[in-house]
Amino acid sequence: MTNNQSYGGADHIEALLALADDHLILGHRLSEWCGHAPMLEEDLSLPNMALDLLGQARNLFAHVANLENCGKSEDDLAYLRSDREYKNCLMVERPNGDFAHTMLRQLYFAAFMQPYWQAMEDSTDDTLRALAGKAEKEMSYHIRHAGEWVVRLGDGTEESAHRMVNAVVALHPYTDELFEISAPLQNCIEHGLLPDPTPIRAPWQAMIEDIFSQAYLTIPDVPFPQEGGRHGRHTEDFGHLLSELQYMQRAYPGMAW
Amino acid sequence: MYSQGLIGADSETEESEEFLAAFQARIDREEKIEPNDPMPQGYRKTLVRQIGQHAHSEIVGMLPEGNWITRAPTLRRKIALLAKVQDEGGHGLYLYCAAETLGVSREQMTEELLSGKAKYSSIFNYPTPSWADIGAIGWLVDGAAIMNQVPLCRCSFGPYARAMVRVCKEESFHQRQGYELMMTLTEGTDAQREMAQDALNRWWWPSLMMFGPHDSESSNSDQSMLWKIKRFSNDELRQKFVDATVPQAERIGLTVPDPDLKWNPEKNDGEGGYDFGAIDWDEFWRVVKGGGPMNRDRIAARTKAWEDGAWVREAALAHAEKRKQRMQAAKVAAE
Repeated sequence: MTNNQSYGGADHIEALLALADDHLILGHRLSEWCGHAPMLEEDLSLPNMALDLLGQARNLFAHVANLENCGKSEDDLAYLRSDREYKNCLMVERPNGDFAHTMLRQLYFAAFMQPYWQAMEDSTDDTLRALAGKAEKEMSYHIRHAGEWVVRLGDGTEESAHRMVNAVVALHPYTDELFEISAPLQNCIEHGLLPDPTPIRAPWQAMIEDIFSQAYLTIPDVPFPQEGGRHGRHTEDFGHLLSELQYMQRAYPGMAW
Repeated sequence: MYSQGLIGADSETEESEEFLAAFQARIDREEKIEPNDPMPQGYRKTLVRQIGQHAHSEIVGMLPEGNWITRAPTLRRKIALLAKVQDEGGHGLYLYCAAETLGVSREQMTEELLSGKAKYSSIFNYPTPSWADIGAIGWLVDGAAIMNQVPLCRCSFGPYARAMVRVCKEESFHQRQGYELMMTLTEGTDAQREMAQDALNRWWWPSLMMFGPHDSESSNSDQSMLWKIKRFSNDELRQKFVDATVPQAERIGLTVPDPDLKWNPEKNDGEGGYDFGAIDWDEFWRVVKGGGPMNRDRIAARTKAWEDGAWVREAALAHAEKRKQRMQAAKVAAE
């Protein structure tokens, strides 16, 4: 019934879900900070970034629900899949760790998503094109906010510099997956529905190197990149995240909230 | 979110009668007092304490609701709750800034909160075991806060009054959001209605306690009223809250947990109002004095955030200092 080759087909839906999941899971992680941040200003900006991501996730899930047209809602998609059905990259599900980890993860992700959303302005998918302008602006702000923190912490005290280095070592292995082209994505690229991440790699790397140079950080060699999220193979932490995220929907199935 | 029923304020003041009379005349002319204006020490102290308690209440108030952000049942609710809790943080920030105009730093106020020297609203020492608590807090706790804060928009101290204008708009939105959440539950399944009723049962009396002790027991109210920091007494505001909220509960089929609640047409100068049962003041004082179910947890959570974040704040300062020195060095080199 579904046409894998084009708009609204299984591959289109699968690739959009991966994108939606990235935003949902990272938004969820950032929201865990609310009320527990190192300073009040960050108690405002971390939820702000989480709200941007959750807003984007909601738009993407609604788009998928529309395309599927089988009576599923945005919440069915966000809350009622099994762990293997979530296709987010592994980086976004990594636990928040300390503030250095959280800010670096945000920088890595936003530095990828900002040009990726920009490229979506040329998509043949009207809805994505409509969403891209606002999302791209939001990602620019995330780059600025997280990038400034990476510099402050990298070039702050001995302790903050040490923590920043640890964050880079821990998270850099997860960055390759941002550029992974799954089979569904490949199909979408060929049909102009979603952008090819490959041309973004060099500018992404340049931006990270520029920020790292101000933060006295270096990009580590990564002999064994971590991946699997795009195929639904997640880390151990992911099940715990889902058990919180899905708690109400699982405990009280089929109710309106 | 709330500062009525100020606990332990000390409004004693030592200025000359002439000074106090001139100040009172300004207050009576409804002039706003601004940070650099002369003011009695007692006025300053009362405001620092009140604005501080109010700010701390906003910040500690992020915790009970924050407890449900990661478990909110839908994307819409998750986004609304996160935005709401963020608003409370924003209120805290305005209020700390308003208090800073009186010469007390945010760090100092934070230390006083963590050491237990400064108080915050006792309502936040109750737990949020169920999703319906998010609705009950918005509806009742923010509802009670509005009763208190709308008059504070006319408070004699300018920065506090102005901060309250925006705060009230947001609280009013939160109150409607909370009520809408409760309404959705009462229109749902039996399990959802039970959840809603259970939340009302647990939050009703603590919400009434938010207005503070009875007027006859509230030692510092008179001076605050005279200085127009406060415009209505604790009991007046509590009555307004009960009168506004009981019909809202009835409208969505919930029962206010007070067997003595009764319409009294004579009340409020013949306009009518509700008589209600006796408040358990032993419970009120127990929670104020640290014996509530969540007092320790709340302060422990704030202390953990403060201590865990120390290295971040230190790094930010160190980096700013390095930048300053580099800019100075570059300037010298250029010359």
